[in-house]
Amino acid sequence: MAEENCIPINSEIDIVTARQKGRAMAAQLGFSSTELTLIATAISEIARNIVEYAREGEISLSIAHEGDKQGIVVMGCDNGPGIPDIKLAMQDGYSTGKSLGLGLPGAKRLMDEFEIVSEVGRGTKVTMKKWVQNHAR
Amino acid sequence: MSVPILKQGDYLIASVQSELSDADLLKLRDDLVSRVGEFRSRGVIVDVTILDVMDSFATRTLRSMAHMIMLRGAKTVIVGIQPEVAFSMVQLGLKLESVATALDLEEGLALLDSQTKGDTRRG
Amino acid sequence: MKKEKTNEQANKSSAELRQELVDHFREKRELLRQQWVQHMTAKGLLAGLTREDIETESITIYDTCIVCLETGEYDGARTYAMRMAERGVLRGMSTEQIIGGLLTLRDVYGRSLFERYQHDMERLSSALDIYEPVANKILSIVALAFVAEREKIVRQQQEAIRELSTPVLQVRDQMLILPIIGVIDTHRARQLTEQLLRTIRTSRAKVVVIDITGVPGVDSKVANHLVQTVDASQLMGATVIVTGISPEIAQTLVTLGVDLTKMNTVGDLQGGIEEADHLLGYRVVREEPGNGFIHNKKV
Ligand SMILES: Nc1ncnc2c1ncn2[C@@H]1O[C@H](COP(=O)(O)OP(=O)(O)OP(=O)(O)O)[C@@H](O)[C@H]1O
Ligand SMILES: [Mg+2]
Repeated sequence: MAEENCIPINSEIDIVTARQKGRAMAAQLGFSSTELTLIATAISEIARNIVEYAREGEISLSIAHEGDKQGIVVMGCDNGPGIPDIKLAMQDGYSTGKSLGLGLPGAKRLMDEFEIVSEVGRGTKVTMKKWVQNHAR
Repeated sequence: MSVPILKQGDYLIASVQSELSDADLLKLRDDLVSRVGEFRSRGVIVDVTILDVMDSFATRTLRSMAHMIMLRGAKTVIVGIQPEVAFSMVQLGLKLESVATALDLEEGLALLDSQTKGDTRRG
Repeated sequence: MKKEKTNEQANKSSAELRQELVDHFREKRELLRQQWVQHMTAKGLLAGLTREDIETESITIYDTCIVCLETGEYDGARTYAMRMAERGVLRGMSTEQIIGGLLTLRDVYGRSLFERYQHDMERLSSALDIYEPVANKILSIVALAFVAEREKIVRQQQEAIRELSTPVLQVRDQMLILPIIGVIDTHRARQLTEQLLRTIRTSRAKVVVIDITGVPGVDSKVANHLVQTVDASQLMGATVIVTGISPEIAQTLVTLGVDLTKMNTVGDLQGGIEEADHLLGYRVVREEPGNGFIHNKKV
């Protein structure tokens, strides 16, 4: 299993590639079918934001270990315009693109961990993680 | 990959055959909206059984499509949303709002029949 | 410079010695394996195993250990240990049997080394330096495999219990009832929803009655889960009716700003089922007063 996987995002076609690769990697890690869908959907949102607002960038997928936990890390990077007010962008319904404004806050709900850093004029980086559920809690 | 659209009586049926790119989705929307006028259809079914992701873009596009189709005088039913996909959509916060849904093609057809029955606009 | 050279020599002789040990164990395979089986039998470690099992398993284990010694690769041992753990736990083999068996093999191997090198203490000590870490590693691999297997089974049992505690009942064609009893947390709410959605698909349900009479309290989180469950079911084409909302819960929901008008609510479960019948196009007909049976007829 490749430990790291990098998908360049240059057009909307790449969004499909990114979420398919993410799903495949997550499947190998043993996520349930519902979780696979959650992960693929979150990747789709982040990749689409890259295409929409930064034109190009990349999604990288890797495996995370923490103690005996295993998970998937999805990172979306671009050198686009950046986000001036992250707090605002993370609110349900806030959109500068006349859209639903659910991509970022929604992706956060779909994953276990979510982090976003952005600098105006430099770019945006979103890091998300989801851990394989160890069913005995 | 574009989506084949079948005409069946008063209805149009579009069955998604593979994962859709944004462009495919927009094309489906435009095709359906124009065919509804062309064939004077009373109902449209979009079968999304095959889709394993419905993100905000797909939802928004299907929603606007249903709206446009309604303005052209037909009803839209989205059928075949998978359990995982439905779960993911509500977690994301997505809603189809007033767009009708049904379990599968068969149920979708039954729903259209019941809704367009007694619809006598063409007398 | 000089030091490197001695290191090299040491490495070389250690590789040679390792191969010597491998050859030794291969040569004595039948003898040592028989000894091992005899010791295990004497200790009662083979209870419940058939002759055939003992033969094939002991050969495989013996050979797998030698491969580990020869190659320094433990993947084969790991895979085998996992398989053994799976079957062993199923057959109810005790940890004592498993670990005891391996300790016995370790002793058999060890003794034969003593025998072979008893006149060359230095070589014996070098041989043990090579042999002992391998033996320890194999033991820990097997022990871990068994622990993991036990944990897996416990997990599966917990999962099964959890599923049982939230049954999705099919009362009639196209109608499901989900009586929720007890506290709902995020994890359980997710499970409930997933299970309900899957059942909607498999049973082709069109109406779902969710009864929350047995839920002690509803906070904004639980209310949100409820709304999500309703919405997700709707996406699959099913209508949800929520019943059993106590006055307190109703008040909480209103205070929380949950829009109840978007939810189909009916006072109690019986009323919910009647409403569901109505939606499905059944008509409830009470026959002969006092006979008590309720017949459902599709209109
Ligand atoms: N990579 C990015 N670069 C620059 N701005 C971004 C980026 N991602 C998001 N944004 C900004 O954050 C806002 C919120 O993003 P979000 O994905 O939540 O909603 P949206 O894309 O507008 O709508 P939706 O995703 O629901 O279709 C966007 O409208 C945009 O202004
Ligand atoms: Mg977005």
